[in-house]
Amino acid sequence: MTKFVQVCLNGLTLGSLYALIALGYTLVYGVLRFINFAHSDVVTIGAWMAFVFAGILGWAGTDSPLIAMPVILMLSMAVCAALGFTIERLAYRPLRRAPRLNVLITAIGVSLLLQNAGQLKWIFGTQPQAMPKLLSEQALFTLAGVKVPVVDVVVVVLAFVLLVALQWLVFRTRLGQAMRAVSFDERTAALMGVNVDMVVSYTFMIGSALAAAGGMIYGLKYGSLLQSADSVWVLLGLKAFVAAVVGGIGNVRGAVAGAFLIAFIEMFGAAYRSPQMRDVYVFGILIAVLILKPGGLLGKATVEKV
Amino acid sequence: MALLEVSGLEVRYGGIHALRGVSFTVDEGHVVALIGGNGAGKTTTLRAISGLVRPSKGTVRFAGTDITTLAPHKIVARGLSHAPEGRGIFANLTVGENLEIGSYLRRDRAAVAKDRDHALSLFPRLKERLAQNAGTLSGGEQQMLAIARALVARPRLLLLDEPSLGLAPQMVQLIFKIVKTIAAEGTTILLVEQNAHMALAVAHTGHVLEVGTLVTSGPARELAADDAIRKAYLGVH
Repeated sequence: MTKFVQVCLNGLTLGSLYALIALGYTLVYGVLRFINFAHSDVVTIGAWMAFVFAGILGWAGTDSPLIAMPVILMLSMAVCAALGFTIERLAYRPLRRAPRLNVLITAIGVSLLLQNAGQLKWIFGTQPQAMPKLLSEQALFTLAGVKVPVVDVVVVVLAFVLLVALQWLVFRTRLGQAMRAVSFDERTAALMGVNVDMVVSYTFMIGSALAAAGGMIYGLKYGSLLQSADSVWVLLGLKAFVAAVVGGIGNVRGAVAGAFLIAFIEMFGAAYRSPQMRDVYVFGILIAVLILKPGGLLGKATVEKV
Repeated sequence: MALLEVSGLEVRYGGIHALRGVSFTVDEGHVVALIGGNGAGKTTTLRAISGLVRPSKGTVRFAGTDITTLAPHKIVARGLSHAPEGRGIFANLTVGENLEIGSYLRRDRAAVAKDRDHALSLFPRLKERLAQNAGTLSGGEQQMLAIARALVARPRLLLLDEPSLGLAPQMVQLIFKIVKTIAAEGTTILLVEQNAHMALAVAHTGHVLEVGTLVTSGPARELAADDAIRKAYLGVH
């Protein structure tokens, strides 16, 4: 029982992390129909910016004020939103009318640029760093014999709040309506008076801000930050991408559902079968979904126009 | 002064010369019909006016200002609405949301509500379907929604692209009746149609477009009576 609850808790925190990152992939795909392969690098930069800001502000441990975490989170999200805006403006917008493949290759180029720029001595450097422990690892409460640390509770609550906020934004606001319209038909949206460029910019900023939150959560939960080109980050981004595809890419709710599904299967597989195989479970689900329901669990089947 | 002045409009798609110098005007309060066969450049003309395609030559002036190079959303803001070919319904939004986004740029909520009610009174069928996903509407209902959605922007000039396309004859009659009503209420309309017969029946002026050039222009009634046009576009032999 204790093990079961522990695994569920792990699945919940990991799922929250995946969901925040997966949303960035799915939002951008929703409006522009392309996979932003540089998204996982924005996650990395979000995590590292949290480390940098904690250093600048002198908050290095659990003795930091309560406000430390939200302040650092906001700063990191703001930096990544600006980064997302800049990437779209400089790299993707000039290619808006270009063939899809060109944009895809550009995205890979942006990804490599960010990975390697991050290793520069005057940016983050190549040394791994320990993320300051802004949140206590002490148990907040005990559930069926499992100690639930503060950091886990904060991670899940934060993800939940951001997901609800995003849901509200997409389905209840004027900007969200414009985003959905652009996602369906960019030209007609423009004919309604929607400024398509602005909607795309906002989409990148929102996705990148969520990526920063995901990066910071990763740092708080797992403690160490490896250099920006390390495969740990690539794998993290890749799994979040799998979550978006499994849920149905372009579908906001699908991304969240997919994130928790793969997180639980990964955690249960690791705990009850073999921990070495955890990545295999994730990509196994991807293959199964692509064979059985290629549009994703909540996605609609689309017919490719030839 | 004309509300819309199109002069020397040329559009190229890669190597294809889709419009080869089209000029015409639309007077305030009038209905102007642009007729012609497939590929004549009717839709391209409307797209060039509303900013969806950038003309390689020529100008478009609306209410006295040059709008040739403005982005589509800025042209809408000036009072020009375009109900596009194929209706352009957002199938992932509800009927109500489609109408809402039609008034995207308007801030005067009370007036928008009034215009929305008026548009719905023209198409009572939409009223019953407000909460429904727009993708579930029939073709005729989608066309109604496309027109209603353009009306809630309260345009000075309404561009209608093939409102009769793919509709049953009865529905075509209904749509044209509404177009007449909208015109009678004072909205200026530029209508593109393959159904020349219906279009000329509601229009004041008609223009015939053939491979990117205007070949004939004149009062709609005269065009409808013209032998050559009757043979070419009205299916009368």
